[in-house]
Amino acid sequence: MTAKPKLALYWAASCGGCEIAVLAIDEKILEVAAAFDIVLWPVAIDAKVHDIEKMADQSIDVCLFNGSIRNSEQEYMAQLLRRKSKILVAFGSCAHEGCIPGLANLAGREAIFDYVYRRSPSVDNPQGIVPQPEFEAPEGTLHIPVFYDTVKTLDQTVTVDYYVPGCPPEAENIYAIVKAVVAGLGGAPLPPAGTVLGKETTVCDECERTRNEKKIKAFKRTWEMIPNETDCLLEQGLVCCGLATRAGCGALCPKVNSPCIGCHGANAGVEDFGARMMTSLASVIDSNDPAEIRRIIQAGIPDPVGTFYRFSLPRSLLRRGALAGNGRGH
Amino acid sequence: MQRISIDPITRLEGHGKIDIFLNEEGEVANAYFQIPELRGFEVFCVGRPAEDMPNLTDRICGVCPEAHHMAASKALDALWHVEVPPAGKKLRELMYSIFFATDHTTHFYALGGPDFIVGPDAPAAERNILGVIEKVGMDVASKVLKMRHDGHYLIQMMAARRVQPNWGLPGGVSRGINEEQRKEIEKLGRDAIEFALFSLQAFRDIVLKNKAYVDLILGDIFNHHTYSMGMVDANNRTNFYDGMIRVVDPDGKEFVKYAPKDYLNVLAEHVEPWTYLKFPYLKKVGWKGLVDGKDSGVYKATPLSRLNAADSLATPKAQEAYEEFFKTLGGKPVHATLATHWARLVELLYAAERWVELATDSEITSPNYRTIPTAVPDEGVGTVEAPRGTLTHHYKTDSRGILTEVNLIVGTTNNYAPIAMSCKKAAEKLIHKGKVTEGLLNMVEMGFRAYDPCFGCATHSLPGQMPMEVRLRGPNGEVLEVLTKNLA
Repeated sequence: MTAKPKLALYWAASCGGCEIAVLAIDEKILEVAAAFDIVLWPVAIDAKVHDIEKMADQSIDVCLFNGSIRNSEQEYMAQLLRRKSKILVAFGSCAHEGCIPGLANLAGREAIFDYVYRRSPSVDNPQGIVPQPEFEAPEGTLHIPVFYDTVKTLDQTVTVDYYVPGCPPEAENIYAIVKAVVAGLGGAPLPPAGTVLGKETTVCDECERTRNEKKIKAFKRTWEMIPNETDCLLEQGLVCCGLATRAGCGALCPKVNSPCIGCHGANAGVEDFGARMMTSLASVIDSNDPAEIRRIIQAGIPDPVGTFYRFSLPRSLLRRGALAGNGRGH
Repeated sequence: MQRISIDPITRLEGHGKIDIFLNEEGEVANAYFQIPELRGFEVFCVGRPAEDMPNLTDRICGVCPEAHHMAASKALDALWHVEVPPAGKKLRELMYSIFFATDHTTHFYALGGPDFIVGPDAPAAERNILGVIEKVGMDVASKVLKMRHDGHYLIQMMAARRVQPNWGLPGGVSRGINEEQRKEIEKLGRDAIEFALFSLQAFRDIVLKNKAYVDLILGDIFNHHTYSMGMVDANNRTNFYDGMIRVVDPDGKEFVKYAPKDYLNVLAEHVEPWTYLKFPYLKKVGWKGLVDGKDSGVYKATPLSRLNAADSLATPKAQEAYEEFFKTLGGKPVHATLATHWARLVELLYAAERWVELATDSEITSPNYRTIPTAVPDEGVGTVEAPRGTLTHHYKTDSRGILTEVNLIVGTTNNYAPIAMSCKKAAEKLIHKGKVTEGLLNMVEMGFRAYDPCFGCATHSLPGQMPMEVRLRGPNGEVLEVLTKNLA
């Protein structure tokens, strides 16, 4: 009998949503358990990192790695699982692009520590204590991981074979990928390394709303208006990210009258999400004057970085905001 | 001094870590429960438009994004001084009740339940959701999967996405429901009530009829006489979505009842240099360290503490279950931490009944579910009960609604001190003369699971099978003995 292929699932700096997304494939999880020998999955079954360390290099067939890299432990795990895995998949937005927690690159470690431990209104810390990687307690030395200045994507840490988009990935896509991997391990051709395993159209292509030629004079913030339920949200003046965002969700947010916030990341061929969004927005503005277009965007979008790089600051051309002081920029 | 390190395996998973120190006689001198991660949402959300907060803070925790989404939406109502129309409030509470029922199901069957259903002494390899399915059979497993599936399906229908919704706004929600959707929500809600009743009966049959389990629940190892916190309505009945926060003392007497906006008068957070997570405590009682009792400001915010803090539950079947709970366990308040699993099922029933109540409310399909704010935003606090504890979001903005300050006190964080105390107490009870018993590992692990700790809220890890390795070291650091848990 041929041994079952080995599968590992791991989380680094993540919220657990990717794990819940995997569980959301419902009863199909039993098929996954039947098709693979799951060697690591901390949330659901026994984890065996010691055994992973002892395994021969490349002995895990597929590792789905979610979460970004923000401290020394996560960096070690990324390196370990890269070494042990034939195929390493950056699973979900954090590993792929940095996601919302990647907005922490707009601040640095010192700013975060200063607020969280000293200045927060609920904190009571007259001595100004902050956590230390190494602390001499009366009984002995205690260690916690080193918190880095910068959130990094998985492929800024180790080489990645494939990417799965989404915050979190949609259950249907997860199941399709699992089936493709099983087929691939059975000899079917796998996509070229570096492929984002998702659709190559945009959320707009999946959206049922009507797009007209209507041009807008100003952008509005979501709290300022109730859009109608039939027309394109962008054309109604809301900053909907559908034009730049990879399809795969079925345009779920526009269905409940909320604009797309870009959680599936940039569509194929889009190098920089923010740059693509700027172009998209310019295309619906009722003006040909670059200065007026700029004014309309600036007036209606008070936080361009948080709006255009909500899910992708670490991966973006910006990478991060400027660090105060002598941030080491890990 | 001898040290026992209970690490996530190889100290590399960032899930929590315990160092236990033994004195010369081999008795426990101290225990440190460390949380190894921080993400800094409170800092990087500054500068963002406030209306993004429901979507940004969803990503604090992918297990309970709905809780952050809801606390954020309520903070935005307060920030913009806008009253949500009745249908908007009801829709929010309806979605939240569906979420609560779904989340409590996940915990009981997939994360906490395996200890009881498969058994605390079962091999680690079987103590997981697959082992539960094996034990209870596919019929029951199908009920569990259906409950989770239905919940996720309805959350997606109402709020866009089953994980990470995109729905809440200052003054209401982005879209309501139509009659066809309402009917489906009601139908699945009635199934959820049946499922909750079935789960309570399963608890009676599997746990309460087993003396060893009952002894374990009522035993001293996880018994902590702390204050109890929970949100209540005007009649002191538990409410997950809205109300006042009530805290009862270790004897069950009301200590304080406060509006969420006044949280800074009641709560403060203590910092230790050996962990990234802060320790909230009751300010007026004070931080006395990791100890229980009336003179220590440590409190619990869990399903158990919510039942302790309330006078009753607002739905009929859940009220019966509430009365049975306290009658069986010897009256209020209950301090047996493992009883939290039972309390969770009582809450599951309440959530399911409330779900149907709201789904059959004549106003629920009203198109008047949102009010556009007109006031200038400045400051707002929003609080809900997350499944894992009272959750508070506090924002300040400039006049454009751009965030200038953010403070969050999240569900599990409330329970950091009690969880740390449970670890220490288990160690004290089980380690004598330097000998570590095998039971220690499972006892510590079961203590965690009762709280359903979701350090995703402060860090990133989930509850469940926390892999551990205990190393007993001699005075010179040499490893004397290695015990493992959840390792093959």
